[in-house]
Amino acid sequence: MDALMVRLFDAIDEAHMPWILAADNALRAHLGEALIDLVPSYTTLLVHYDIEQLTQIEAKGLIQEALRGLQPASTEAGREHRIPVWYDDSVGPELPKIAERLGVDSDEIVRRHSGRDYCAFALGFTPGYAFMGMVEEALATPRLKTPRQKVAAGSVGIAERQTAIYSMRSPGGWNLIGRTAVKLFDRERDEISLFRPGDRVRFEPISREAFIEQGGDTTPLEER
Amino acid sequence: MATSKEMQTAGGSLVVERTGPLALVQDAGRFGARHLGVTQGGALDWISLGWANWLLGNAPGAAGIEIAIGGLSLKAEQTIRLAIAGADLGATRDGEPLAASGSFMLEQGQVLAFDQPKSGLRAYLALPGGIDAEPFMGSLSTVAREQLGGLDGRGGALQVGDRVMAAGHSAEAREMPSVAAMPQDGAVLELVTGAQIAHFEGASLFAAFNQDWQVDSRADRMGVRLTGPELRCQLGGMISEGIPLGAVQVPPDGQPIILLNDRQTIGGYPRLGALSPVACARLGQCAPGTTIRLSPVTPHQARTRYLRQLALWR
Repeated sequence: MDALMVRLFDAIDEAHMPWILAADNALRAHLGEALIDLVPSYTTLLVHYDIEQLTQIEAKGLIQEALRGLQPASTEAGREHRIPVWYDDSVGPELPKIAERLGVDSDEIVRRHSGRDYCAFALGFTPGYAFMGMVEEALATPRLKTPRQKVAAGSVGIAERQTAIYSMRSPGGWNLIGRTAVKLFDRERDEISLFRPGDRVRFEPISREAFIEQGGDTTPLEER
Repeated sequence: MATSKEMQTAGGSLVVERTGPLALVQDAGRFGARHLGVTQGGALDWISLGWANWLLGNAPGAAGIEIAIGGLSLKAEQTIRLAIAGADLGATRDGEPLAASGSFMLEQGQVLAFDQPKSGLRAYLALPGGIDAEPFMGSLSTVAREQLGGLDGRGGALQVGDRVMAAGHSAEAREMPSVAAMPQDGAVLELVTGAQIAHFEGASLFAAFNQDWQVDSRADRMGVRLTGPELRCQLGGMISEGIPLGAVQVPPDGQPIILLNDRQTIGGYPRLGALSPVACARLGQCAPGTTIRLSPVTPHQARTRYLRQLALWR
């Protein structure tokens, strides 16, 4: 009751993100101090407003005003990130399994996973964790039937047609294929979260040596 | 920030002597970063935290300690005025019973101890001016899952040996007025219906608002599961979207989960609606096994009750 949902679309599509970003900007600007939190996701924005300041009717009115005449944000609005990933069976136990299912070798999976830009549709699950897509159809893999109790921070995974990086050690059910040394959420950094909704992300395969040089932790997943 | 040792203990401090199931530093919550996946956190029973703070002249959302189920004991390093409110956890001062709500002096060396719940689930302890620790994004709220907040800034619960320092000096102590009792069996929790309400079957909607629900043992600061009639919704999984506080989501098994302060920021189950802020506070005091009823209210009614609560602290 202290929040209203702005629903713009019915399906997941990268082409929707410029509209979501435009709505995000417009709502932040128009609600100003009355806005407590704004949570954009694939097709929606949750507007959490200050109910001391606004009735629900007033909040609806402000939201409608903010969205009037909305134009999509430029496709350059999101930032671009290149994320070095050490793709390896020891830190990505599902890499060989996906390869086997497709009847190709692991290098081919790496080539295909790192061969396109992904869009950060929404952040959630843990701070800094971005739900990204779309992974090419053939690589789509359902979540593990039994989630792991502990997944190392930096683990790169696939679930259905989405991909993500675990931002901190947590339980998780995504299919792991590699690991990055990049910190997604770092309170010592000005930009605490590396990713924001609408950012574009490209994965770059790196060697074990390069991964170690970047400060990566090579402890195999199953030994953690 | 305080600089000298005297300054640091000017408002007094407590040392943790024994811990129970869970004692956490909590305030009004962490806001402004939910789009980055950072959850809200904060006291589940914000009304009781507000009263404990009010008793000492603090802002209602100042940081205090949320003591779940009891077991905690703290020793005063200096004489300090404290206040408690919320659940009756059998609090004692050097073994002598204290009222479940009220302010009191804890002399240097005296021990404040919490036993176990007599009514409610969570007691709130306020210190003069709140708690002196380093906030993250404007809040001390402890969220273990996110490794944020608390005395250590890493999401840790209170540990034996921790020193809890008051952030300021106490204003004149206030007398606790009589307030609503902790929720009992049959408690009514108010809910504002949401956009997916029309997708639930009619019989399920009738059941949702006219049958008893039982608070399940699967309950924590992220959410509370209810067991009762199976609710059927024509929507299956949805595309994940932001989740408001108190959202009553219904997964495919038809048993609702009410999402509270430490919930994940986005999720994809259909929702009946969201509990009012007052109802969220009351749910935070319902032990497993408590039977409750859900009752629909308008956003206007829910807001009016919320504002009325805030007005009591002005």
